[in-house]
Amino acid sequence: MSIKITVTVNGVKHTDKVEPRLLLVHYLRDVLRLTGTHVGCDTSGCGACTILVNGKATKSCTMLAVQADKAKVTTIEGIASNGELHPLQEGFNQCHGLQCGFCTPGIIMTACDLLKNNKKPSEEEIRVALEGNFCRCTGYENIVKSIQYAADKMSAPKARKTKKEATV
Amino acid sequence: MIPAAFDYQKPKTVDEAIAALSGSNSKILAGGHSLLPAMKLRLSQPSKLVDINGISALKGIKEEDGEIVIGAASTHADIAGDRIIKSKLAFFSEGALLIGDVQVRNHGTIGGSLAHADPASDWPALVLAADGAIEVQGKNGKRRIKATDFFTGLFSTALQENEIIIAVRVPVPPEGTKATYQKLSHPASRFAIVGCAVVRFADGKTNIAFTGVADHAFRASNTETAVSGKAINEDVIATATNTAVQGVIFLSDHHASAEYRKHLTKVYLKKALQVIT
Repeated sequence: MSIKITVTVNGVKHTDKVEPRLLLVHYLRDVLRLTGTHVGCDTSGCGACTILVNGKATKSCTMLAVQADKAKVTTIEGIASNGELHPLQEGFNQCHGLQCGFCTPGIIMTACDLLKNNKKPSEEEIRVALEGNFCRCTGYENIVKSIQYAADKMSAPKARKTKKEATV
Repeated sequence: MIPAAFDYQKPKTVDEAIAALSGSNSKILAGGHSLLPAMKLRLSQPSKLVDINGISALKGIKEEDGEIVIGAASTHADIAGDRIIKSKLAFFSEGALLIGDVQVRNHGTIGGSLAHADPASDWPALVLAADGAIEVQGKNGKRRIKATDFFTGLFSTALQENEIIIAVRVPVPPEGTKATYQKLSHPASRFAIVGCAVVRFADGKTNIAFTGVADHAFRASNTETAVSGKAINEDVIATATNTAVQGVIFLSDHHASAEYRKHLTKVYLKKALQVIT
């Protein structure tokens, strides 16, 4: 049995025939060749495969591709715009929020969901939001700092403009 | 890990879903967060999945005839964030936020959790303590099953073949009701090693339910009698905690021995009683 699905991934519509048992993460990686989304534990524990499905953080190893029919999916490949890194990507770069980098795409996608609903999360709120994402290198300190960097940047554009105007 | 092959159907109505289930070895796919991991390990190999996420009647939370009605396909996150739940059944919202992690709460559903009846899941204790009922639909129409009659054993419920949970109905707690859910979470999975839900009405009547303790969630009726109508003080708490561990066959596994669970049952009941005092 194969089923036709249409999924909008990072703004691009894809139509494919898939087996019902194809996991969404394998659809993204093996069919669309978007390999930024990683398979870690494959048991919905580690969060390396986190993406956004209709804006919600989702472990793509625990969802079938057929369940994503007509959905909007965002992966790590889709968050930079016009060649500019997303503030979260910039934050992980600036604050050294990764070592091996395997968990990073999943953590950034979870953080996207967090910052959409909570513009200025406390350190505790960030740590609670990351409950479903494992990092085995960093001890999380710099991950939290990276997310705080992004939250500051995303909530500060007005303040920055004012400052710039003031200097001019 | 890749599940064994299966057929897939996504009906638009409950009747269509019931029809799709008939035949051998079909399973309902709601959030999929218990089912898909089991299928990947091939502990479960259904020949057909009936995806109920296209059925709008199973979604949404409303108040109707003195009851809060939670659509079976409501996710833990939907329930945690819902206005009616927050204002009238706040301990459901608090309990929902203790389930799994953000990603799990975004997809796992209350109906799926109840039907799966994992002995360590949270909803059974919450629904039991709140005097809730599970509304199901099958070929012969709808029926209501009291939560106290619903959980029958390890991963076992009173659901019959081809019946679908359509809603959870909870009486709106009257003014002055206090409720809490206290839980020791497994550090990785967040399943309850022991969970204790307590609802105390203004007249002192007290409902107490446990999850994680035995092979299925249950109401501790002798303990309720020891507490109901009495001012909660140290003596009452001591009697209650001693009563709560009588006659229970405690689960024992690599997370916690039966002896440790027995101890935790006392500790978490005490915590819950102190919170609602």
